[in-house]
Amino acid sequence: MSTPASNLHGLGAEFPSASALMQAAEKVRDSGFRKWDVYSPFPIHGMDAAMGFRRSRVSLFSLLGGITGLTTAFTLIYYTSAINYPLIVQGKPYFALEPSMPVFFELTILLTAFGTIIGLLLLTLMPRLHHPVFNWERFKRVSDDGFFIVLEAADPRFEKGASRRFLEELGGSHVTEIYQDPEPEPHPARPEAKGHA
Amino acid sequence: MRADNPASQAAFAKASEYLERKPLVGSRRCLAWITDHVCRIVEQPAPIWWWVATIVTGAIAALTPAMLTYLVATGVGVWGLNAPVAWAWDITNFVFWIGIGHAGTLISAILFLTRQKWRTSINRSAEAMTIFAVICAGIFPAFHVGRVWFAWWLFPIPNANAIWQNFRSPLLWDVFAVSTYFTVSLIFWYLGLIPDLASLRDRAKTRLRQMAYGILALGWRGSNRQWTHYEKAYLILAGISTPLVLSVHSVVSFDFATSIVPGWHTTIFPPYFVAGAIFGGFAMVLTLLIPFRELYGLHDLVTDKHIDNMCKITLLTGSLVGYAYAMEFFIAWYSGNPYELYAFINRATGPYWWAYWAMITCNVVAPQLFWFKYCRQNPWVVLAIVMFPNTGMWFERFVIIVTSIHRDFLPSSWGYFSPTWVDISLFIGTIGLFLFLFLLFVRFLPMITMFEVKNVTPEADPHHGNGHDAHGHASHPSPAKAHA
Repeated sequence: MSTPASNLHGLGAEFPSASALMQAAEKVRDSGFRKWDVYSPFPIHGMDAAMGFRRSRVSLFSLLGGITGLTTAFTLIYYTSAINYPLIVQGKPYFALEPSMPVFFELTILLTAFGTIIGLLLLTLMPRLHHPVFNWERFKRVSDDGFFIVLEAADPRFEKGASRRFLEELGGSHVTEIYQDPEPEPHPARPEAKGHA
Repeated sequence: MRADNPASQAAFAKASEYLERKPLVGSRRCLAWITDHVCRIVEQPAPIWWWVATIVTGAIAALTPAMLTYLVATGVGVWGLNAPVAWAWDITNFVFWIGIGHAGTLISAILFLTRQKWRTSINRSAEAMTIFAVICAGIFPAFHVGRVWFAWWLFPIPNANAIWQNFRSPLLWDVFAVSTYFTVSLIFWYLGLIPDLASLRDRAKTRLRQMAYGILALGWRGSNRQWTHYEKAYLILAGISTPLVLSVHSVVSFDFATSIVPGWHTTIFPPYFVAGAIFGGFAMVLTLLIPFRELYGLHDLVTDKHIDNMCKITLLTGSLVGYAYAMEFFIAWYSGNPYELYAFINRATGPYWWAYWAMITCNVVAPQLFWFKYCRQNPWVVLAIVMFPNTGMWFERFVIIVTSIHRDFLPSSWGYFSPTWVDISLFIGTIGLFLFLFLLFVRFLPMITMFEVKNVTPEADPHHGNGHDAHGHASHPSPAKAHA
């Protein structure tokens, strides 16, 4: 179906430690790569700067969630207690701020949490159960003690040979071509390989 | 001078050893050891003791649905409630369990914001404990309403009677507080689990495990484009959980404090309840963690330092609670209100004197033992001592609730509450349920937050190993460049 070249997701390299990964990331950033990523078993302090990220926008979703929560709480209480079902209880006003505070607070928190989690899922594009990097056997160690950089073939600066040398110069080991299909197709002529795609 | 004198050299070495901060992960364990040691608990066949404990606690947990069925089939009269004492064990148990549920979020949120790195190896199990405790708590008020099939009226759902909830009632605030707390705690817990579920997925040997953990891990791949948003989301959830955890028990205390019942109508209740909740919660965390740390050999992850810190928090909050008890008495006298004063004298010397003094002994006296280093360093002594707060915090709620209402304003409305076998069995059933759920959690999910523990090891420092890198990458630029 597709040729091996277009099947190439990118080149992966392993690094021995968090510090080595960070130094390599700074150089990849400086070389102008855009489509690449760094993989580690835990968040590395300072890696966002090393990769040239701006601050995460999850907080915007949280804020939207919080505003929605407070608005919902106000509307709910005001509508039910003062408009739709006004009932005198213990001579208290139909609506007042003081007794509404706990529910205002709780719904604000609740929808902030929802906003945060929705924001996280949208920004990280999760859930996405499969990804080409999982085709790389060594990559399994990313959730254990492996540190990786993957340069993606979609980047205009990507060139198989030069990128491989670049990763090796950075100190990466086990530089590997990562393919989009579970079976990389080094021999496109092989008939059964085509059937899998 | 120092170099010449062996005695002062030894003293110096001893002093520097004493002053040096103990590492959070003992024995200089490497990253792979952490993954392996935590995942193994889930991956290897369950030990015999786990089966025994799970079957026993599961059988006890079965008392919960059995008693609830009996209750619903017969009526709330099977509980020992009577005319002056309409709130007794049910509400006591509710407040008790909710209180226990506070340590989890406190550890995961407040200790996160205050950068207490030692929280990393205990937060997962404490959060799980929170969720299970809130599940146990929710059972009681839901069934205390009497007609549990109308419990949905607590929520603002449009209904055929065109009636809405009374938002001026603290009982309704409670519904919102507890359900928000449960939901947010669950989200927070799950968020923390995602990277560790990915570890289990990547290590999975069977197809079933791969599928189950794979789906739960949502395709996490530990990329920095994910971590950057993840850390932000975690920070925000910690930020909102901090006021939330303080609000929940405050709102629970409003159930009492906004009433006019002497003994309940006090402004000290919100902070006093929160301190008590943290106190009881930490006691329960210690109760659960000490045996599991022994059984699974987690001494390098949950170190003596962790236990020591938790003991200190227990001591602090226990003393705060003791202060609150004393202040209640002072205000009862200082207010000049004879009903208030009577309520407190009755508490300490009336028919429930035994509950009051059990509470004082367990909550105020027993934790004072944690002033002694010996008591904080020996896990079995710690375990013995924290049994007192565990018991005492139940008595505290019982004392507050029952002694305040068992003697109404008119002596003709005085009564005495005795629990029935249904009250007792239901409470025992929830203890079984709590332990049963915790055992399942330990078996199927990583009980220690691996990625956070890895993050507090020296290897996680991005400047670690520069200059003397053992892996043969000596050609790195100077560490200062990383800051550029």
